[in-house]
Amino acid sequence: MKRSTIDLWVGAFVAAGFAGLLFLALKVGNLASFSTAQTYQVQAKFANIGGLKVRAPIKSAGVVVGRVSEVRFDNESYEAIVTFNIDAHYRFPRDTSAKILTSGLLGEQYVGLEAGGDGVMLKSGDRLRLTQSAVVLENLISQFLFSKAAEGKDSKDSKDGK
Amino acid sequence: MAERALLAGLLQGLERLGRGASAKIWRLGFAARFFGYMLLHSGTAFRRFGLIVREIYFIGVLSLIIILVSGLFVGMVLALQGYETLQRYAASEALGVLVALSLVRELGPVVAGLLFASRAGSAITAEIGLMKATEQIAAMEMMAVDPIARVVAPRFWAGVISMPLLAVLFSAMGIFGGYLVGVHLIGVDEGAFWSQMQAAVDVREDILNGVIKSVVFGVAVSWIAVFEGYDAPPTAEGVSGATTRTVVTSSLAILALDFVLTALMFTGGNAR
Repeated sequence: MKRSTIDLWVGAFVAAGFAGLLFLALKVGNLASFSTAQTYQVQAKFANIGGLKVRAPIKSAGVVVGRVSEVRFDNESYEAIVTFNIDAHYRFPRDTSAKILTSGLLGEQYVGLEAGGDGVMLKSGDRLRLTQSAVVLENLISQFLFSKAAEGKDSKDSKDGK
Repeated sequence: MAERALLAGLLQGLERLGRGASAKIWRLGFAARFFGYMLLHSGTAFRRFGLIVREIYFIGVLSLIIILVSGLFVGMVLALQGYETLQRYAASEALGVLVALSLVRELGPVVAGLLFASRAGSAITAEIGLMKATEQIAAMEMMAVDPIARVVAPRFWAGVISMPLLAVLFSAMGIFGGYLVGVHLIGVDEGAFWSQMQAAVDVREDILNGVIKSVVFGVAVSWIAVFEGYDAPPTAEGVSGATTRTVVTSSLAILALDFVLTALMFTGGNAR
Protein backbone atom coordinates (compact mmCIF):
# COMPACT_ATOMS: atom_id res chain seq x y z
CA MET A 1 0.00 0.00 0.00
CA LYS A 2 2.73 2.41 1.10
CA ARG A 3 4.93 1.16 -1.68
CA SER A 4 2.70 2.29 -4.51
CA THR A 5 2.49 5.89 -3.25
CA ILE A 6 6.28 6.07 -3.09
CA ASP A 7 6.50 4.72 -6.64
CA LEU A 8 4.05 7.37 -7.78
CA TRP A 9 6.08 10.18 -6.19
CA VAL A 10 9.37 8.90 -7.57
CA GLY A 11 7.82 8.53 -11.01
CA ALA A 12 6.50 12.08 -10.86
CA PHE A 13 9.92 13.32 -9.71
CA VAL A 14 11.76 11.62 -12.57
CA ALA A 15 9.16 12.82 -15.08
CA ALA A 16 9.48 16.37 -13.76
CA GLY A 17 13.27 16.13 -14.08
CA PHE A 18 13.02 15.08 -17.71
CA ALA A 19 10.41 17.75 -18.38
CA GLY A 20 12.86 20.29 -16.95
CA LEU A 21 15.60 19.00 -19.22
CA LEU A 22 13.27 19.22 -22.21
CA PHE A 23 12.37 22.79 -21.23
CA LEU A 24 16.06 23.68 -21.04
CA ALA A 25 16.83 22.05 -24.37
CA LEU A 26 13.88 23.41 -26.35
CA LYS A 27 12.91 26.72 -24.78
CA VAL A 28 16.25 27.86 -23.33
CA GLY A 29 18.70 26.20 -25.70
CA ASN A 30 18.75 26.02 -29.45
CA LEU A 31 17.88 22.36 -30.00
CA ALA A 32 14.78 23.32 -31.95
CA SER A 33 16.85 25.30 -34.43
CA PHE A 34 19.37 22.49 -34.84
CA SER A 35 18.97 21.45 -38.41
CA THR A 36 19.82 17.92 -39.39
CA ALA A 37 19.41 19.05 -42.97
CA GLN A 38 22.10 18.55 -45.58
CA THR A 39 24.72 21.28 -45.88
CA TYR A 40 27.42 22.14 -48.39
CA GLN A 41 30.80 23.70 -47.67
CA VAL A 42 32.12 26.85 -49.26
CA GLN A 43 35.41 28.53 -48.45
CA ALA A 44 36.42 32.16 -48.52
CA LYS A 45 39.67 34.01 -47.89
CA PHE A 46 39.69 37.12 -45.76
CA ALA A 47 42.56 39.50 -45.08
CA ASN A 48 41.23 40.02 -41.57
CA ILE A 49 38.37 38.23 -39.85
CA GLY A 50 38.22 40.46 -36.77
CA GLY A 51 36.39 38.58 -34.01
CA LEU A 52 34.63 36.01 -36.19
CA LYS A 53 34.26 32.69 -34.38
CA VAL A 54 33.35 29.14 -35.28
CA ARG A 55 29.52 28.68 -35.18
CA ALA A 56 28.94 32.33 -36.05
CA PRO A 57 25.83 32.74 -38.23
CA ILE A 58 25.95 33.26 -41.98
CA LYS A 59 23.15 35.55 -43.09
CA SER A 60 21.81 36.58 -46.41
CA ALA A 61 19.25 39.38 -46.47
CA GLY A 62 19.14 39.00 -42.69
CA VAL A 63 18.09 35.33 -42.77
CA VAL A 64 20.40 32.75 -41.20
CA VAL A 65 21.40 30.38 -44.00
CA GLY A 66 24.32 28.58 -42.36
CA ARG A 67 27.12 28.63 -39.82
CA VAL A 68 30.89 29.10 -39.87
CA SER A 69 32.40 25.64 -39.45
CA GLU A 70 36.12 26.33 -39.49
CA VAL A 71 38.56 29.23 -39.26
CA ARG A 72 42.13 28.58 -40.31
CA PHE A 73 45.27 30.56 -41.17
CA ASP A 74 46.79 30.10 -44.61
CA ASN A 75 50.59 29.94 -44.45
CA GLU A 76 51.10 30.90 -48.10
CA SER A 77 48.90 33.93 -48.58
CA TYR A 78 48.97 34.99 -44.88
CA GLU A 79 45.22 35.25 -44.94
CA ALA A 80 42.41 33.59 -43.00
CA ILE A 81 40.49 30.78 -44.68
CA VAL A 82 36.93 30.53 -43.38
CA THR A 83 34.76 27.52 -44.17
CA PHE A 84 31.00 28.07 -44.33
CA ASN A 85 28.42 25.36 -43.79
CA ILE A 86 25.43 26.46 -45.84
CA ASP A 87 22.05 24.77 -45.65
CA ALA A 88 21.42 22.82 -48.86
CA HIS A 89 18.00 24.50 -49.19
CA TYR A 90 19.69 27.77 -50.02
CA ARG A 91 21.44 28.09 -53.39
CA PHE A 92 23.70 31.01 -54.28
CA PRO A 93 25.24 32.11 -57.59
CA ARG A 94 28.96 31.52 -58.02
CA ASP A 95 29.87 35.22 -57.88
CA THR A 96 28.28 35.72 -54.45
CA SER A 97 30.28 38.05 -52.20
CA ALA A 98 30.94 37.57 -48.49
CA LYS A 99 31.38 40.34 -45.93
CA ILE A 100 32.18 40.17 -42.25
CA LEU A 101 29.65 42.36 -40.45
CA THR A 102 28.80 43.21 -36.88
CA SER A 103 25.29 43.03 -35.45
CA GLY A 104 24.77 46.32 -33.67
CA LEU A 105 27.60 48.54 -32.58
CA LEU A 106 29.29 46.09 -30.22
CA GLY A 107 27.46 42.86 -31.05
CA GLU A 108 28.83 39.58 -32.30
CA GLN A 109 30.25 39.29 -35.79
CA TYR A 110 28.62 37.36 -38.59
CA VAL A 111 29.11 36.73 -42.29
CA GLY A 112 26.80 38.45 -44.75
CA LEU A 113 26.33 36.93 -48.21
CA GLU A 114 25.22 39.02 -51.15
CA ALA A 115 24.06 37.09 -54.18
CA GLY A 116 25.60 37.92 -57.54
CA GLY A 117 24.15 37.47 -61.00
CA ASP A 118 25.98 34.40 -62.29
CA GLY A 119 23.87 31.59 -63.74
CA VAL A 120 26.04 28.85 -62.24
CA MET A 121 25.28 27.99 -58.63
CA LEU A 122 27.84 27.39 -55.86
CA LYS A 123 28.57 23.78 -55.05
CA SER A 124 30.41 22.07 -52.22
CA GLY A 125 34.15 22.85 -52.18
CA ASP A 126 33.88 26.10 -54.12
CA ARG A 127 35.72 29.22 -53.06
CA LEU A 128 34.16 32.69 -52.93
CA ARG A 129 36.23 35.24 -54.84
CA LEU A 130 34.73 38.50 -53.58
CA THR A 131 35.26 39.04 -49.89
CA GLN A 132 35.37 42.04 -47.60
CA SER A 133 37.25 41.89 -44.31
CA ALA A 134 36.00 42.85 -40.91
CA VAL A 135 36.15 46.50 -40.00
CA VAL A 136 38.76 47.01 -37.33
CA LEU A 137 37.75 49.92 -35.16
CA GLU A 138 41.32 51.04 -34.48
CA ASN A 139 42.11 51.30 -38.21
CA LEU A 140 38.91 53.22 -38.79
CA ILE A 141 39.71 55.69 -36.02
CA SER A 142 43.30 56.17 -37.15
CA GLN A 143 42.15 56.75 -40.74
CA PHE A 144 39.69 59.32 -39.50
CA LEU A 145 42.32 61.04 -37.39
CA PHE A 146 44.86 61.11 -40.22
CA SER A 147 42.34 62.52 -42.67
CA LYS A 148 41.34 65.16 -40.12
CA ALA A 149 44.99 66.05 -39.58
CA ALA A 150 45.58 66.26 -43.34
CA GLU A 151 42.50 68.43 -43.70
CA GLY A 152 43.76 70.81 -41.01
CA LYS A 153 47.14 71.01 -42.70
CA ASP A 154 45.56 71.69 -46.11
CA SER A 155 43.43 74.53 -44.79
CA LYS A 156 46.46 75.99 -43.00
CA ASP A 157 48.49 75.76 -46.22
CA SER A 158 45.77 77.47 -48.21
CA LYS A 159 45.56 80.22 -45.59
CA ASP A 160 49.31 80.72 -45.80
CA GLY A 161 49.05 80.84 -49.56
CA LYS A 162 46.62 83.77 -49.45
CA MET B 1 68.24 21.99 29.29
CA ALA B 2 65.93 24.50 27.66
CA GLU B 3 67.22 23.52 24.24
CA ARG B 4 66.47 19.87 24.93
CA ALA B 5 62.91 20.69 26.00
CA LEU B 6 62.43 22.79 22.87
CA LEU B 7 63.77 19.96 20.71
CA ALA B 8 61.48 17.45 22.39
CA GLY B 9 58.50 19.74 21.88
CA LEU B 10 59.41 20.23 18.22
CA LEU B 11 59.79 16.50 17.71
CA GLN B 12 56.46 15.87 19.38
CA GLY B 13 54.80 18.40 17.09
CA LEU B 14 56.35 16.81 14.03
CA GLU B 15 55.27 13.38 15.23
CA ARG B 16 51.69 14.55 15.69
CA LEU B 17 51.71 16.14 12.23
CA GLY B 18 53.01 12.96 10.66
CA ARG B 19 50.50 10.80 12.51
CA GLY B 20 47.67 13.12 11.43
CA ALA B 21 48.79 13.07 7.80
CA SER B 22 49.23 9.32 7.68
CA ALA B 23 45.79 8.86 9.29
CA LYS B 24 44.24 11.08 6.59
CA ILE B 25 45.99 9.13 3.82
CA TRP B 26 44.99 5.83 5.43
CA ARG B 27 41.38 7.04 5.51
CA LEU B 28 41.52 8.19 1.88
CA GLY B 29 42.78 4.77 0.84
CA PHE B 30 39.99 3.11 2.80
CA ALA B 31 37.45 5.44 1.16
CA ALA B 32 38.78 4.49 -2.30
CA ARG B 33 38.63 0.76 -1.47
CA PHE B 34 35.13 1.27 -0.08
CA PHE B 35 34.10 3.02 -3.32
CA GLY B 36 35.42 0.17 -5.45
CA TYR B 37 33.79 -2.48 -3.27
CA MET B 38 30.48 -0.60 -3.37
CA LEU B 39 30.57 -0.35 -7.20
CA LEU B 40 31.34 -4.07 -7.47
CA HIS B 41 28.46 -4.98 -5.17
CA SER B 42 25.90 -2.65 -6.74
CA GLY B 43 24.45 -5.51 -8.77
CA THR B 44 22.19 -6.55 -5.90
CA ALA B 45 20.86 -3.03 -5.57
CA PHE B 46 19.97 -2.87 -9.25
CA ARG B 47 18.38 -6.31 -9.21
CA ARG B 48 16.16 -5.17 -6.35
CA PHE B 49 15.39 -1.77 -7.89
CA GLY B 50 12.65 -1.13 -5.31
CA LEU B 51 15.39 -0.39 -2.78
CA ILE B 52 16.78 2.40 -4.97
CA VAL B 53 13.29 3.77 -5.71
CA ARG B 54 12.57 3.98 -1.97
CA GLU B 55 15.79 5.92 -1.43
CA ILE B 56 15.10 8.23 -4.40
CA TYR B 57 11.89 9.12 -2.60
CA PHE B 58 13.72 10.10 0.57
CA ILE B 59 16.71 11.73 -1.15
CA GLY B 60 15.21 13.27 -4.26
CA VAL B 61 11.48 13.80 -3.86
CA LEU B 62 11.72 15.21 -0.33
CA SER B 63 14.46 17.64 -1.46
CA LEU B 64 12.22 18.99 -4.22
CA ILE B 65 10.62 21.79 -2.19
CA ILE B 66 13.88 23.37 -1.05
CA ILE B 67 15.40 23.01 -4.54
CA LEU B 68 12.43 24.52 -6.36
CA VAL B 69 11.97 27.43 -3.94
CA SER B 70 15.69 28.26 -3.86
CA GLY B 71 15.89 28.02 -7.65
CA LEU B 72 12.97 30.41 -8.05
CA PHE B 73 14.52 32.98 -5.71
CA VAL B 74 18.03 32.66 -7.15
CA GLY B 75 16.61 33.28 -10.64
CA MET B 76 14.57 36.25 -9.44
CA VAL B 77 17.56 37.84 -7.69
CA LEU B 78 19.76 37.21 -10.75
CA ALA B 79 17.24 39.03 -12.94
CA LEU B 80 17.04 42.02 -10.58
CA GLN B 81 20.80 42.32 -10.18
CA GLY B 82 21.56 41.59 -13.82
CA TYR B 83 19.08 44.19 -15.04
CA GLU B 84 20.64 46.81 -12.77
CA THR B 85 24.03 46.31 -14.45
CA LEU B 86 22.90 45.60 -18.02
CA GLN B 87 20.71 48.68 -18.34
CA ARG B 88 23.78 50.88 -17.80
CA TYR B 89 25.05 49.59 -21.13
CA ALA B 90 21.61 49.73 -22.71
CA ALA B 91 21.71 45.94 -23.05
CA SER B 92 18.77 44.98 -20.84
CA GLU B 93 17.46 42.65 -23.59
CA ALA B 94 20.44 40.39 -22.84
CA LEU B 95 18.93 39.68 -19.42
CA GLY B 96 17.66 36.28 -20.55
CA VAL B 97 21.13 35.30 -21.72
CA LEU B 98 22.69 36.33 -18.41
CA VAL B 99 20.12 34.48 -16.29
CA ALA B 100 20.11 31.32 -18.43
CA LEU B 101 23.86 30.98 -18.89
CA SER B 102 24.75 31.61 -15.27
CA LEU B 103 22.11 29.15 -14.08
CA VAL B 104 22.72 26.38 -16.60
CA ARG B 105 26.51 26.51 -16.48
CA GLU B 106 27.28 27.29 -12.84
CA LEU B 107 24.59 28.11 -10.33
CA GLY B 108 22.23 25.25 -11.16
CA PRO B 109 24.70 22.42 -10.56
CA VAL B 110 26.65 24.14 -7.76
CA VAL B 111 23.85 25.57 -5.62
CA ALA B 112 21.69 22.48 -6.14
CA GLY B 113 24.74 20.39 -5.15
CA LEU B 114 25.33 22.42 -1.99
CA LEU B 115 21.65 22.17 -1.03
CA PHE B 116 21.69 18.47 -1.85
CA ALA B 117 24.74 17.94 0.37
CA SER B 118 23.17 19.68 3.32
CA ARG B 119 19.64 18.35 2.86
CA ALA B 120 20.21 14.76 1.66
CA GLY B 121 23.91 14.03 2.24
CA SER B 122 23.69 14.78 5.96
CA ALA B 123 20.57 12.62 6.26
CA ILE B 124 22.30 9.68 4.54
CA THR B 125 25.32 9.95 6.85
CA ALA B 126 23.19 10.22 9.98
CA GLU B 127 21.04 7.26 8.97
CA ILE B 128 23.92 4.93 8.15
CA GLY B 129 25.92 6.11 11.17
CA LEU B 130 22.98 5.50 13.47
CA MET B 131 22.40 2.05 11.96
CA LYS B 132 26.01 1.33 12.78
CA ALA B 133 25.76 2.75 16.31
CA THR B 134 22.65 0.66 17.05
CA GLU B 135 24.45 -2.41 15.64
CA GLN B 136 21.95 -2.99 12.82
CA ILE B 137 24.87 -3.23 10.39
CA ALA B 138 26.60 -5.82 12.55
CA ALA B 139 23.31 -7.74 12.76
CA MET B 140 23.05 -7.81 8.96
CA GLU B 141 26.55 -9.19 8.73
CA MET B 142 25.55 -11.88 11.23
CA MET B 143 22.67 -12.86 8.95
CA ALA B 144 25.07 -13.04 5.97
CA VAL B 145 23.47 -9.96 4.38
CA ASP B 146 26.12 -7.69 2.92
CA PRO B 147 25.34 -4.24 4.42
CA ILE B 148 27.18 -2.47 1.63
CA ALA B 149 25.00 -4.09 -1.03
CA ARG B 150 21.80 -3.79 1.02
CA VAL B 151 22.16 -0.41 2.77
CA VAL B 152 24.98 1.62 1.23
CA ALA B 153 24.75 0.98 -2.53
CA PRO B 154 21.03 1.84 -2.91
CA ARG B 155 21.56 5.18 -1.13
CA PHE B 156 24.61 5.94 -3.27
CA TRP B 157 22.84 5.21 -6.55
CA ALA B 158 19.71 7.05 -5.48
CA GLY B 159 21.89 10.11 -4.84
CA VAL B 160 23.63 9.77 -8.20
CA ILE B 161 20.26 9.52 -10.00
CA SER B 162 18.56 12.31 -8.03
CA MET B 163 21.27 14.96 -8.20
CA PRO B 164 21.16 15.72 -11.99
CA LEU B 165 17.35 15.80 -11.92
CA LEU B 166 17.39 18.23 -9.01
CA ALA B 167 20.00 20.43 -10.72
CA VAL B 168 17.96 20.54 -13.96
CA LEU B 169 14.82 21.45 -12.02
CA PHE B 170 16.77 24.12 -10.14
CA SER B 171 17.95 25.69 -13.41
CA ALA B 172 14.51 25.48 -15.02
CA MET B 173 12.86 27.02 -11.97
CA GLY B 174 15.53 29.74 -11.83
CA ILE B 175 14.98 30.68 -15.48
CA PHE B 176 11.25 30.79 -14.81
CA GLY B 177 11.92 33.10 -11.84
CA GLY B 178 14.14 35.29 -14.01
CA TYR B 179 11.36 35.40 -16.61
CA LEU B 180 8.80 36.42 -13.99
CA VAL B 181 10.92 39.28 -12.66
CA GLY B 182 12.52 40.32 -15.95
CA VAL B 183 9.47 40.29 -18.20
CA HIS B 184 6.51 40.82 -15.87
CA LEU B 185 8.01 42.99 -13.14
CA ILE B 186 10.70 45.02 -14.92
CA GLY B 187 9.20 44.92 -18.38
CA VAL B 188 11.98 43.56 -20.59
CA ASP B 189 10.59 42.61 -24.00
CA GLU B 190 9.42 39.00 -23.85
CA GLY B 191 10.44 38.10 -27.40
CA ALA B 192 13.96 39.47 -26.96
CA PHE B 193 14.28 37.73 -23.58
CA TRP B 194 13.64 34.26 -25.05
CA SER B 195 15.15 34.67 -28.52
CA GLN B 196 18.47 36.09 -27.29
CA MET B 197 18.58 33.29 -24.73
CA GLN B 198 18.00 30.67 -27.42
CA ALA B 199 20.66 32.21 -29.63
CA ALA B 200 23.27 32.19 -26.88
CA VAL B 201 22.64 28.92 -25.00
CA ASP B 202 24.08 25.90 -26.76
CA VAL B 203 22.60 22.50 -26.01
CA ARG B 204 25.90 20.64 -26.08
CA GLU B 205 28.27 23.34 -24.79
CA ASP B 206 26.12 24.69 -21.99
CA ILE B 207 23.24 22.42 -21.04
CA LEU B 208 24.99 19.08 -21.47
CA ASN B 209 28.10 20.33 -19.66
CA GLY B 210 25.89 21.53 -16.80
CA VAL B 211 24.28 18.09 -16.57
CA ILE B 212 27.72 16.43 -16.61
CA LYS B 213 28.77 18.70 -13.74
CA SER B 214 25.73 17.75 -11.71
CA VAL B 215 26.37 14.02 -12.27
CA VAL B 216 29.96 14.46 -11.03
CA PHE B 217 28.71 16.37 -7.98
CA GLY B 218 26.10 13.68 -7.36
CA VAL B 219 28.78 10.96 -7.33
CA ALA B 220 31.07 13.03 -5.06
CA VAL B 221 28.41 14.01 -2.52
CA SER B 222 26.83 10.55 -2.36
CA TRP B 223 30.20 8.86 -1.99
CA ILE B 224 31.28 11.20 0.82
CA ALA B 225 27.91 10.83 2.56
CA VAL B 226 27.78 7.03 2.55
CA PHE B 227 31.47 6.72 3.44
CA GLU B 228 31.26 9.14 6.37
CA GLY B 229 28.21 7.27 7.63
CA TYR B 230 29.83 3.86 7.27
CA ASP B 231 33.10 5.05 8.84
CA ALA B 232 31.47 6.99 11.72
CA PRO B 233 32.50 6.00 15.26
CA PRO B 234 29.45 4.18 16.70
CA THR B 235 28.66 6.82 19.31
CA ALA B 236 26.37 9.83 19.47
CA GLU B 237 29.30 12.25 19.07
CA GLY B 238 30.75 10.10 16.33
CA VAL B 239 27.56 10.29 14.26
CA SER B 240 27.16 14.04 14.79
CA GLY B 241 30.81 14.63 13.84
CA ALA B 242 30.42 12.50 10.71
CA THR B 243 27.31 14.43 9.68
CA THR B 244 29.16 17.73 10.02
CA ARG B 245 32.13 16.35 8.09
CA THR B 246 29.83 15.21 5.28
CA VAL B 247 28.43 18.70 4.77
CA VAL B 248 31.82 20.44 5.04
CA THR B 249 33.77 17.96 2.91
CA SER B 250 31.15 17.65 0.19
CA SER B 251 30.66 21.43 -0.05
CA LEU B 252 34.39 21.92 -0.47
CA ALA B 253 34.53 19.02 -2.94
CA ILE B 254 31.73 20.56 -5.02
CA LEU B 255 33.45 23.94 -5.21
CA ALA B 256 36.88 22.45 -6.01
CA LEU B 257 35.46 20.04 -8.62
CA ASP B 258 33.46 22.89 -10.12
CA PHE B 259 36.63 24.89 -10.67
CA VAL B 260 38.36 21.94 -12.34
CA LEU B 261 35.34 21.09 -14.51
CA THR B 262 34.79 24.71 -15.56
CA ALA B 263 38.45 25.04 -16.49
CA LEU B 264 38.20 21.86 -18.59
CA MET B 265 34.84 22.58 -20.22
CA PHE B 266 34.51 26.28 -20.86
CA THR B 267 37.88 27.97 -21.18
CA GLY B 268 39.22 25.80 -24.02
CA GLY B 269 36.48 26.81 -26.43
CA ASN B 270 36.54 30.51 -25.60
CA ALA B 271 40.31 30.88 -25.82
CA ARG B 272 40.33 29.82 -29.44
